[in-house]
Amino acid sequence: MALTNDTNGGHLRVPLPAWLKTTFLTLGSIAVTLLGLLFITFIIGRVMPIDPVLAIVGERASQETYDAVYHQLGLDKPLLVQFLYYLWDVLHLDFGTSLLNARPVSEDIARVFPATMELATLGIIIGVVLGVPLGVLAAVRKGSWIDQVARVLALVGYSMPIFWLGLMGLLVFYGILGWVGGPGRVGIFYIDVVPQVTGMILIDAAIDGNWDVFKDAFSHIILPASLLGYYSLAYISRMTRSFMLEQLSAEYITTARVKGMSEWNVVWKHAFKNIRVQLITVIALSYAGLLEGSVLTEIIFSWPGIGSYITTALLSADMNAVLGGTVVVGLIFILLNIFSDLLYKVFDPRAK
Amino acid sequence: MSETQSLRAWLLTDTPTSRRHARLSAIYQGWLSLRSNTMAMVGLGILVMLVFIAAAAPIIAPHDPFVQDLGNRLAPLGTEGHIFGTDSLGRDILSRLIYGARITLYIVALVALIAPVVGLLVGTVSGYVGGWPDLILMRITDIFLAFPRLVLALAFVAALGAGIENAVLAISLTAWPPYARMARAETLTIRTSDYISAIKLQGAGPFRIITKHIWPLCISSLIVRVTLDMAGIILAAAGLGFLGLGAQPPSPEWGAMISEGRRFILDHWWVATMPGLAIFTVSLAFNLLGDGLRDVLDPKAGE
Amino acid sequence: MNAFNKLLSGAAMGLALSVTSMAAYAETPANMLVIAHRIDDVTTVDPAESFEFAGSDISRNVYGRLVNLDPNDLAAGYQPDLAESWDVSEDGKTITFTMREGVKFHSGNPVRAEDAAFSLQRAVILNKTPAFILTQFGFTAENAAETIKADGNKLIITTDKKYATSFVLNCLTATIGGIVDKETVMANEVDGDMGNTWLKTNSAGSGPYVLSSWKPNEAVTLTSNPDYYGGAPSMERVIVRHVLESASQRLLLERGDIDIARNLNPEDIAGAMGAEGVKVVDELKGRLMYLALNQKHPVLSKPEVRQAFKYLIDYEGMRDSFLKGQYTIHQNFLPATYLGASDETPFTYDIEKAKELLAAAGVEGLEIEIGVREAQERMEIGQSFQNAAAQAGIKVNITVGTAKQILARYRARELDVYLGAWGPDYPDPQTNAGTFAYNPDNSDAANATGLLAWRTGWDPEDLTDKVAAAVTEGDKDMRIKMYHEIQSEFRDKSPFVVMFQQIEQSAMRDNVMNFSTGQAVTSAAYWQVTK
Repeated sequence: MALTNDTNGGHLRVPLPAWLKTTFLTLGSIAVTLLGLLFITFIIGRVMPIDPVLAIVGERASQETYDAVYHQLGLDKPLLVQFLYYLWDVLHLDFGTSLLNARPVSEDIARVFPATMELATLGIIIGVVLGVPLGVLAAVRKGSWIDQVARVLALVGYSMPIFWLGLMGLLVFYGILGWVGGPGRVGIFYIDVVPQVTGMILIDAAIDGNWDVFKDAFSHIILPASLLGYYSLAYISRMTRSFMLEQLSAEYITTARVKGMSEWNVVWKHAFKNIRVQLITVIALSYAGLLEGSVLTEIIFSWPGIGSYITTALLSADMNAVLGGTVVVGLIFILLNIFSDLLYKVFDPRAK
Repeated sequence: MSETQSLRAWLLTDTPTSRRHARLSAIYQGWLSLRSNTMAMVGLGILVMLVFIAAAAPIIAPHDPFVQDLGNRLAPLGTEGHIFGTDSLGRDILSRLIYGARITLYIVALVALIAPVVGLLVGTVSGYVGGWPDLILMRITDIFLAFPRLVLALAFVAALGAGIENAVLAISLTAWPPYARMARAETLTIRTSDYISAIKLQGAGPFRIITKHIWPLCISSLIVRVTLDMAGIILAAAGLGFLGLGAQPPSPEWGAMISEGRRFILDHWWVATMPGLAIFTVSLAFNLLGDGLRDVLDPKAGE
Repeated sequence: MNAFNKLLSGAAMGLALSVTSMAAYAETPANMLVIAHRIDDVTTVDPAESFEFAGSDISRNVYGRLVNLDPNDLAAGYQPDLAESWDVSEDGKTITFTMREGVKFHSGNPVRAEDAAFSLQRAVILNKTPAFILTQFGFTAENAAETIKADGNKLIITTDKKYATSFVLNCLTATIGGIVDKETVMANEVDGDMGNTWLKTNSAGSGPYVLSSWKPNEAVTLTSNPDYYGGAPSMERVIVRHVLESASQRLLLERGDIDIARNLNPEDIAGAMGAEGVKVVDELKGRLMYLALNQKHPVLSKPEVRQAFKYLIDYEGMRDSFLKGQYTIHQNFLPATYLGASDETPFTYDIEKAKELLAAAGVEGLEIEIGVREAQERMEIGQSFQNAAAQAGIKVNITVGTAKQILARYRARELDVYLGAWGPDYPDPQTNAGTFAYNPDNSDAANATGLLAWRTGWDPEDLTDKVAAAVTEGDKDMRIKMYHEIQSEFRDKSPFVVMFQQIEQSAMRDNVMNFSTGQAVTSAAYWQVTK
């Protein structure tokens, strides 16, 4: 970290500072991974037996119309040329236009991604707020009834088909009890009421100070977010428990206890402090998983998110949309990974 | 009696007489500790029953799972002759669930054979050889990890056509990278250990070292991980079935059954719920067993 | 446990209290119509290009046409809309329309004959998928300037030969007949695309509604046009919301969050009927469900086999079970309510008869593949057929795929059997006759992928000429007779097993009046709706 003031003078042979080298390496590996991601998606798109031309022109089209569109899409060029063209566009941050709805893919993604992000963020918050204390408690009271309850809760969460639980949840909490809002992000009357700033309705409504919209949006998001939250809770609480157990059996904890430190301090000030980094990695990974968009949840709750966007695009061979969506999701995954790696390096002395 | 006693004593000895003896003894002790874990045994019991049900499907099933009866469709739970009711085409749901167990087992078995093996291969080679191969293999692993999982599976199935085999391949394709990462990490720690250096000095080649010495050490954590992942795999297969890309009709695959039944969820909830419960039960069984196995095989995570 | 219960019910109460205020608010505003519908098929809203169901719904409410169908009286056929009247020349080839005076586009520009000429020429020149509806009259990009022209207040179109006037005017009621605002469209032209890129997502019409927004797979919002020449619509805002699941649509409807649910399956319809304040309105649609037997297949091309398959459909069983209320048995290629439609249903579910026919053809151990798209009702029809065929000794393998996957194979003449649905494009019998029973060149080289007969590899022989003759017949009764003959022959020898005609069941709040999905002839209209 003390590699600062040696930039004066033109010494070309000066070795690159370590952090710069790491940065380059990291950027390089991001680039390679993204390139690979793009390439594979591109190939998949081309070998798929779904015909993008047919997807555009529809069932009734004459061969003449078909051929015109085929040419227009550049499908008559060699595969590699098509890929290079595409890369060139992506480098200019242009994901092309959706083959199906003729809108720029970047515009579509800007619309669907905030929806997923809002859902995923609330989901992970629920998962963390409930999952971490539950995991800690289960570890501290290992073998007690609370540990068993936590275990069952987590295992049930792992094992439940989300589409089934989602439909049932909708039926009970919306259909029968009417406690929450139905499918969709907000009620019909609130669509486009608040100006779009972040694309996340809860935040936009708060910025605008329109609490009616906020309440309505909240009543719509709470059920799907709780579902996703439950799934991350299952994972996070289990991981927390096993991290904590490892710490609690360490010698320094025994020492601290012998010294008469209060149990609260032992657990939270020592043991928990040491698992923070590992925990953040786990949370970052499950957050990344949620940000990919839970396709099934999105379908059931008519949630216009990125998961169902990519899926719909895929099934109608709208390759520009699939590629654009995959790049965004892949990039987020990679960034979150790097972020948790960095945390590791900063906070965990052993990793140096 | 005395013979079993002595067998037990032989297995529990502190001073094994041969390598095989030591291994059997370790396995037996593991089994004992697993047996004391009630939840894991419940899981194991469910799975054994599943295998039995699948094997004896033609004998157990009260009806032909494919026979339609449009006059008696959507019969409720507890209908005479159809204890779990009938589906949209009047087929017996219980019989379809029983036959569907075969498909579930088939999917689980195939994925469990493919994904971990590929992961192990890539991970150990990458970790042991190092250098360029490591870099390349790990980049590839990263690419697959960065892919949205369901999208990759969907794309693969869409490209090859819907069907169970393709669904299995697609799921395996998305499942192997974590195993590769894990195997590589373990290989890295093992590689530098004294005991591998000692074997190297004895003149063992890389192939022998990887297959005979590194693989066995990776296996236990792999087994735990695979068991815990099984639930995810069943759910993924069901998800593909739900989206119409898994098993093809009239196949009684559980996910496809939920998908067919979800249309009636408001008035005929059992049509989707019964297969949902089946999936839940089996996933739970795998998780219970996996949790127990972890305590036995991977003590540092459990204790 | 007791404490736990207390905690749980306490939490539940809290949740209930915090959200009941919203749950109680369960009625849509009086001047707003909210519809749940699957709108994922909308790919463009340019009338020269739009060709899918939900897209046509938008067009119908946004664009005026020369002649149009009245949603309150669809049986009356085409009526004056932007054209006030028309004259047909002696030789029957030229139609002169007189434009209605004083009508304005949403932009405020007047609707002129010039705009009408531009709109039709544009559709011909762009030559998008639905262009055949116009080009079948001999219009081409080259001759469009002469064959479609404006003269003062008149629009004059000249066809290449004499057609039944009703045929030409029926075609003009289709989406492609929408009249766009030339000034606005051309102001948004990019690279000589005649405004196509812009119109894909924007509107420039003169109809009762203005398109405010279309978010793909999310919602379409229409705002009323207070200056509409037919009077301002009473619903000031119409929101069509994309809801995929039938169950979700029903929950929304029963809770009063929407006014109309358009995609309920039979079970949910039955359930919704029992709900308070909900009514169900049936409308016969033009969509037919059929099997196509590939005539390139050595066995399926035998006449007895073609007949046998028509007895392997459990028509009544399906109609009365999983298709209940949403399909009616129909065995002819012209949908009921169409000119010349026939209600003959000679085929019944008769395994023995099918076996006899198969035996007569010497068929044994036949194994075929049927392509079905992954829509639940079609998969069930497929499975029911599979079941029946098995009883006659035929093994049927079902291949399920997305619409596009299966369709591509059908168009390439690769599938043994295709389970398809076909909806008419415009309210004239030619729309179906010209595709089911017309195929002038059955060779692979012809590549006439737009024709169902070609896709099926079937040469209809003399039917091709008969179809061509029926479309030029000016006498209505004669024309009806000709279609009856064609259909009778078609039933006997075609490789198409026409099974069902669709009934659209719209479930709605009982205060919604006059809603129309357009029956068999057109798309949904909102401007006449009141609450």
